Amino acid sequence: MRSVQALAVAALSVLAISDISRAAEPKSGGIFRIYHRDSPGSASIHEGATYSVNVPFMPIFNNLVIFDQHIAQNSASTIRPELAESWAWSGDNKTLTFKLRKDVKWHDGKPFTSADVKCTFDMLMGKSPQKFRQNPRKSWYEQVDEVTTNGDYEASFKLKRPQPALLSLLASGYSPVYPCHVSPAEMRTKPIGTGPFKFVEFKANESIKLTKNPDYFKKGLPYLDGIEFTIIPNRSTAILGFVSGKFDMTFPTEVSIPLLKDVKSQDPKAVCVVEPNNVSTNIIINSTAPPFDNLDIRRALALALDRKAFIQIMFEGQGDIGGTMEPAPDGLWAMPKDMLESIPGYGPDVEKNREEARKLMQKAGYGPDKHLQIKVSTRNIAVYRDPAIILIDQIKSIYIDAELDVVDTAQWFPKIARKDYSLGLNLTGNAVDEPDQSFYENYACGSERNYTNYCNKDIEKLFDQQSEETNLDKRKKLVWEIDKKLQEDVARPIIFHARTGTCWKPYVKNVTIMSNSSYNGYRYEDVWLDK
Amino acid sequence: MFAYIVRRLFLMLVTLFGISVIIFVLLRVVPGNIVDILFDAAGFVDPADKANLERELGLSQPIVIQYLHWIGGLLHGDLGYSYVSEKPALEEILPRIPITARLAGLALLFSASIGIPLGVISAVHQGSKLDYALRVVSLSGLSLPSFWLGLLILMASVSLFGTMPIFNPNPKTWLEALSIYAVPAMAVGFRSAALTMRITRSSMLEILRQDYIRTARAKGASEASVNYHHALKNAVLPVITVIGIEAAFLIGGLIVTETVFNIPGIARFLVEALRWRDYPIVQNLVMFIAVVVVAVNFIVDMLYAAIDPRIRFGD
Repeated sequence: MRSVQALAVAALSVLAISDISRAAEPKSGGIFRIYHRDSPGSASIHEGATYSVNVPFMPIFNNLVIFDQHIAQNSASTIRPELAESWAWSGDNKTLTFKLRKDVKWHDGKPFTSADVKCTFDMLMGKSPQKFRQNPRKSWYEQVDEVTTNGDYEASFKLKRPQPALLSLLASGYSPVYPCHVSPAEMRTKPIGTGPFKFVEFKANESIKLTKNPDYFKKGLPYLDGIEFTIIPNRSTAILGFVSGKFDMTFPTEVSIPLLKDVKSQDPKAVCVVEPNNVSTNIIINSTAPPFDNLDIRRALALALDRKAFIQIMFEGQGDIGGTMEPAPDGLWAMPKDMLESIPGYGPDVEKNREEARKLMQKAGYGPDKHLQIKVSTRNIAVYRDPAIILIDQIKSIYIDAELDVVDTAQWFPKIARKDYSLGLNLTGNAVDEPDQSFYENYACGSERNYTNYCNKDIEKLFDQQSEETNLDKRKKLVWEIDKKLQEDVARPIIFHARTGTCWKPYVKNVTIMSNSSYNGYRYEDVWLDK
Repeated sequence: MFAYIVRRLFLMLVTLFGISVIIFVLLRVVPGNIVDILFDAAGFVDPADKANLERELGLSQPIVIQYLHWIGGLLHGDLGYSYVSEKPALEEILPRIPITARLAGLALLFSASIGIPLGVISAVHQGSKLDYALRVVSLSGLSLPSFWLGLLILMASVSLFGTMPIFNPNPKTWLEALSIYAVPAMAVGFRSAALTMRITRSSMLEILRQDYIRTARAKGASEASVNYHHALKNAVLPVITVIGIEAAFLIGGLIVTETVFNIPGIARFLVEALRWRDYPIVQNLVMFIAVVVVAVNFIVDMLYAAIDPRIRFGD
C-alpha cells in the first residue's frame, strides 16, 4: 500500500514538475487584450507627453538602447542595446558613438540605417526641414551639438559638454528611432517602426490594434500574435471588463489603491502589483505677486503640510514622501531620510511645524482675526482636485482661507503662463529617473515647464556641475544638495509621490511594471500567454 | 397640405441655418482650442509653435471666413478633417451613425412597447394594487439615472454570469449581437418607457371618462375593444408627442450609456471631440443631430394628421 502511495506521489510530482517546466517554456500565439484609459491624441510618441501614447505604441518601435524590460528599477546599469549593438564614450566624454545592427528592417521593408538615427534626432533638436507639430522633449537634447554618421551603421552624438545622463534619456520609452522616409504627419496616424509589433489600426475612442512583426530582428520574438487595446474611459466599466475576463491586463499603473481591493476581491487569482510611478503632486506658487512674493508666507505654507495625511486619505498609506527626485528605495537619487527630515516642513512633528508656520504668518500680518484669502487653482481632474481640497483644509490651520478654483484643461497652461493664479496644485511626471530631466525641465531659469519662474543662478550652476559629473557617488551628493535647496527655497513644494496598481491574469507572463517611471516598460516583445 | 409642408421645410432650413451659426460661434467663444489641448499634453505652451499650428489648422483666419469655408464644404459634402485623427470628418462620423441609430431605435422601441401597454393597464386598473405597482416602477424609471442603472446592470451581469455585454464590433452569435445593443437600450430606454407609461396612463384616464366611451360600453363593446380600439386611439396623440421629444432627448441619454457600456457611437464621440475642441467633428455632429431633431419634429407633426382626422394643416 505504502509503495502504491509513494508511486502516486512520485507520479504527481513528475506531473507537477512537467507542468511547471511547460509553464516556464514560453508559448507563441494569442492576442494580448488590454483596456486603454483614453483615446491618445496621436500615435506619435515623439509628439506626445503622456504615457497614454507610450503604452500602445512603444511595441511598434525600437530605441538605440532601452532600459531592461524585466528590471523594475531603471538605471544606467540596466540599459541594454537595441538598435545599437554597442556604444562607447570618447575619452573626453563628449562623443557617444553607437554601432548599429545591420539586420534591421522597417515594417514597410526598407532597411534601417544610421541616416534614420540622424533624421530622428535632428528633428527632435529642431534642425530638420521636417517638423513635429509639437516637440515636448526638445530640451533633452540641449547639450547635443550634432548627430553624425559614419557609414550606414554608425552614429555619433557630439556634445557641447559631457553629459553622462544622455544614455539614460536615449533609453527611455520616449526615445524611439523614427524612419527618415515617413513624414511626421504619417507617424501620427500610421506609425512605422522596426519593433516587435506592426501597426494595424487606430480607431479613435474605440481601439488600437497591433500585429506580430514576423521579420523582427530578434529571432523567435515576439511570442504574441498581436496586442489589442480597447479604449474604455469609464474606469468602472474597464475594471468590470478585466474582472469578467474581457481583458488580460488593466491599463498599466491606472488602478487606484481602493479599486485594487475591489479587483482582488472579485478576481482573487489576478496578479496585482503596486509601484511608485515617479509622479509627484506639488504646489506651484506665484511668487511674483502678493501675497506669495513674501518668503515668510511661502515658508509658512511649506511648514503647514501634513504629507502623511495626504497619503493616508488618498492612497490608504501607499505613497511616499520625498523631494523632487523619487523617494528611495525605488528612486535612484533620493535624499537620505535624515537629510530629508532636516528640511523645514518635513519633520515628523506636524503640530510643531504648524506652530512655526503660524508665527511666520503673524510676522507677515495675518492671525486668528485676519485670515489670508486666496484661491487654489487646479485642473478639473480628480487626481488634481482631490489633493487640492485636502490642501485647502490643511492651510486653514495657518490662517489661510482658500477657495478651490477648478480650471478646464484647455485653460490650465495658458492661465499658469500668464501668472493668473496665486497658488496652484500640480502633478509632475518624470519620464526618466534622472536629475538632468527633472532639474532642467522644472527649475532652470527660462525653462518652459518652470511654471513658477523660479530662478536661482547659484543652483543652476550646481545643475550643470552634477550634469557633467561622471562619478556616480559625487553626482548623487550634488543631486541631494540641489534637491534640499530647492525644497528650502520653496521653489515648488512637493507634497507626495503616488503609488498605483496594475493587475493581470495569472496566465500573462513576462510583464514587469517599472518602479521609477511610467513611460519605459511597454515593448512587450517577450510577453506570452500561458493558456 | 402641400403649402404647409413647403412652409415647414423652409422653416426647417432657416432653423438649421440658425443652429449652424449658434454652434459655430459658441464653439469659438468657449475658451481654448485644439492647439491649447495639444500643448497641454506637452506641459507648456510655445507661442511660436502655437501660432504655426493655428495657421496650419486654419484657426487664425477670421471667424466669418472659417464659417463660410465650413458651410461651403458642407454643401459640397466636404465636412473637413478631424484635428485629432487627421482623417476626413465624414470618415470618422459615418461608421458611428448606425451604431447610435440601432441603440436609439431599440431604446425607442423598448420605450413604446413597454410604456404604452403598461400605461393602458395602469389606467384601466386605476386604484388597484397592479396600478400602484406599475406607478412605483414608472417612478423608479424616472428617478434612476441611466449611468447608475447601466453600472448596476454591468455589475449584476459580471456577478451572476461572469461576463458583461461590452461592445464588440464583430459579435460571434446573434445572442451576443442582441445583448450588445439590447441591454444598453433597456438601460437608456427605461426612463423613456416610464415617461411614456405615465403619459399614456393620464391620457387614457381622461379619455376613459368621455361620453363616447360610456356609449361604446352601453352598446355592448368588449372591454378590450373599448380600451384599445376606442380609448387608446384617441389617447395616443400626446404619447406620440412625448416619444418624438424623447427621440431628441435620447442623444443626451446616450452620451452616458455609450460611455458606461463603451459603445463607440456618435454621442460618446461628440463628448470626446468637445474635450479636444475638435471643431470639424463637433460642428458637423451637432448639425447632424439638429437635422435628426428637426426631422423627427416634422414627422411627428405629420403623424398627428394621419392619426387624428380632425387635425388638418394649412387652414
